[in-house]
Amino acid sequence: MSVATELHVVTGKGGTGKTTVAAALAMSLAGRGRRVLLCEVEGRQGIAQLFDVPPLPYAERKIAVGPDGGEVYALAIDPESALLEYLQMFYRLGRAGRALDRFGIIDFATTIAPGVRDVLLTGKVYEAARRRDGSRYAYDAVVMDAPPTGRITRFLNVNSELAGLAKVGPIKRQAEAIMTMMRARSTHVHLVTVLEEMPVTETVDGIAELQAERLPVGHVVVNLIRPELVSAATRAALDDETVGVDDVATVLTSVGLPAAAATTLVDGGHAAIRREELETEQRSVLADCGQPVVELPRLAGGIDLGALYDLAGRLEEMGR
Amino acid sequence: MTRRPAPRVVIDDASRDGRVDVDGLLADPGVEIVVCCGSGGVGKTTTAAALALRAAEQGRRVCVLTIDPARRLAQSMGLTELDNTPRPVEGVRGTGSLDAMMLDMKRTFDEVVERHASPEKAAQILQNPFYVALSSSFAGTQEYMAMEKLGQLHAQDATPSHDSPTRRWDLIVVDTPPSRSALDFLDAPERLSSLLDGRFLKLLLMPAKGPARLLSAGLGVVTGALNKVLGAQFLTDLQTFIAAFDTLFGGFRQRAEATFALLQADETRFVVVAAPEPAAMREASYFVERLAGESMPLAGLVVNRVHVDDEAGITAAAAQTAAERLRGTGPVEDVTADLLSVRADRLAVAEREHHQRRAFASAHPSVPTVAVPALAGDVHDLDGLRQIGDLLAGVSTD
Repeated sequence: MSVATELHVVTGKGGTGKTTVAAALAMSLAGRGRRVLLCEVEGRQGIAQLFDVPPLPYAERKIAVGPDGGEVYALAIDPESALLEYLQMFYRLGRAGRALDRFGIIDFATTIAPGVRDVLLTGKVYEAARRRDGSRYAYDAVVMDAPPTGRITRFLNVNSELAGLAKVGPIKRQAEAIMTMMRARSTHVHLVTVLEEMPVTETVDGIAELQAERLPVGHVVVNLIRPELVSAATRAALDDETVGVDDVATVLTSVGLPAAAATTLVDGGHAAIRREELETEQRSVLADCGQPVVELPRLAGGIDLGALYDLAGRLEEMGR
Repeated sequence: MTRRPAPRVVIDDASRDGRVDVDGLLADPGVEIVVCCGSGGVGKTTTAAALALRAAEQGRRVCVLTIDPARRLAQSMGLTELDNTPRPVEGVRGTGSLDAMMLDMKRTFDEVVERHASPEKAAQILQNPFYVALSSSFAGTQEYMAMEKLGQLHAQDATPSHDSPTRRWDLIVVDTPPSRSALDFLDAPERLSSLLDGRFLKLLLMPAKGPARLLSAGLGVVTGALNKVLGAQFLTDLQTFIAAFDTLFGGFRQRAEATFALLQADETRFVVVAAPEPAAMREASYFVERLAGESMPLAGLVVNRVHVDDEAGITAAAAQTAAERLRGTGPVEDVTADLLSVRADRLAVAEREHHQRRAFASAHPSVPTVAVPALAGDVHDLDGLRQIGDLLAGVSTD
C-alpha cells in the first residue's frame, strides 16, 4: 500500500497572497514525478487568474508541471456540483437527484442552509485525497486554497459538528472519516501572513484555535517580504543625524539630481526605517509562535509562471 | 444577454473631480446607514470606525456595528468585551456621540428566538442540536445575524424612547463580515425569504402535518432519497427543529425583507473598500457591479494603504542609476544611495498601484474614489482613527 495522500491546507488573512502560496506549494510538491491536486473552494477562480487560463470547470485538469516531471492538476470545487456528484456516486440517485433539484433542495443545501456548503467542499477534498488509482492513491498530495484564517478552524471542523448532529447512518460515518483525515499526521494547515501587526496577530490566534481543535498546524509562510534597503550604517547616520538633509542635497547635486528632493528622500528613509522596525517586531512574534517559518520575497515583476517556480523552490522544506 | 446595470451612484456625495465627498456624506442628515463592504484584509473595519468617529465629532449621534475587529482596533474604541450591546466610546470630541458594538452572532440569534417565541417553545428551540450548531458554528449565520442586528439597530433608531423625544442614533455605520464576498452579506435577507417560501421547507414540514398518502409521487421519491442520504433519525431531528421554528419564520421573513428594502433605500449608502492590489481591486469591481445589479445606492470606492508619488522630481530609473553610481564612493554617498533605493522601490510600488486603480477607474468611470495613503503602523487609538478620517476626507493632517 502506498503512503497516504498528504493534505496541505493553505489559509491566511485576506490580501496576504494565500492563493499564490498554495499554487507555489503545489508546484514544489510536484517534483520527481509526483501528482498533486491544487483545489480552490471559494468560487473566486483565483487559480485560473494566477495561471492566466480560462475559468476552471468542476473537473481536474493539468495546469502545470513540477520541477522534475511531476504534474499539478487544478480543480475549482463548487458545492452544487459536489453535491450532485456525491449523490450520484454514493446513492446512484439519477432520477431522485434531479427531483431534489426540482424541489429546490440542491439550491437549499448549497446556498441557503448555512454550513452545508462547507460540508460539501471538505467532502470533495476528502474524496480526492482518498481516491485510489489501482494500488496507489490517485494523488501524492492535495493542496487546498482554503478560506481565510478567521474562518479556517470552523471550516475544517464543520464535519465534527455534522457528526454530532447525525447520530447514525452514512452521513455520520462520512463526517467522522473526514475529521479523521483532517486530524491525521499527513495533514498540514499552513498559515500565510505578511509582516504587519494585524495579520501576524491573526496568525498567532489562528494557530491557537487550530490546536485547540486538534487540527495539525504546519508552517507559517511569511509572504511579500520587502527587501531591506536601509543598511545599519545608514540607519545609524540618520538616527544620529550625522548625515542631514544638506549633506544629501550636496550628493544629489553631484550626480545631477535636484537638491530639493533631499528632504523627501530623508523623510522616506525615516519611514522605511520605521517600517523595518515594525517588521522586525513582527518577525520576533512569529519566531515565538512554535511553528516553523518560511519567508517569501515580494517579487518586483508581479506573479507569473516563472515567479511561481521561483517561489516553489523556496517552499521545498514544507514538503519534507 | 442583458445590459449591465449602471451603478446607482449618488451624485451629491461626489465632488466634481470624481472624489468621494466624505464630509458631505457624513453631514447629510438624509444618510442614516453607511455600509462598508469589501474583501478581507483591506482595512474595512478601520474605515468603518474612522467614518463613524468623524461623523460623531461633526455632531452626529452614531452607532458603529463591527463584526470581527482586530483586538487593538477594538480596544481603541473601548470595546473590551463582546456583549452584543452598543457601548459609548469615551473621548469623542464635540456635541455628537459614538456608540460601538461587536456582533455576537449566537446571542443575536438567541435573542431573536426569545423575543418571538413563547418561553416553552424558545427553550425547546435553544436546546435543539440543530439550533445550537446553526447559531454558533455554521458559516453564513454571521451574515444573517449582521443583517438582523442592523435591522434592530435601525428600528431602535426610529423608535423614540419614552424619556426623550429624540432618536437614539441618527447614523449607523456597518462593517460587513469577512466572508467570501458581498454575496453572502447582500443575499442573507433574500435567501432567508426564499428559504421560508421554499418548497423544501413545506416538504419537510409536511410529514408532520398531513397524511403521507397525499404526497405526490415526486415527493415520495424526494423524501425517500433524503432518508437514504441523511438517515431517518437525522431527518426527524431536522423536522422537529423546523416545526419548532415554524412560528418564528414569518417574523424572520418580514424583517429580512424590511432589511433588504432598507439597504436599497435613499437613506443608505454603500462604501466599497479595497486595497491597491489585483485581487482586492477585482473584488471591488465585483462589489460595484453587484450593488448596481441590486440597485443599492453607492457612495464610492475607498482604496486603503495607497503609496503615492510625492513628486520630488526624481524618477525611479534615475534614482536607481544614481544609487548604483554612488554606492561605495563614501559614507554620505552610501547613505544617499540607500535613500535613493528606498525611493526607487516606493515609486515602483506606486506605479503598480496606480495601474490597478486606473484599471478600476476605466471600468467604472462613474464611481467616485478616495485613496487613503499608507501609514507606517496600525491604528491603535482614537487619534489614529482621526488621522484616517482626515485622510478619507482629504484634509491635511499636519
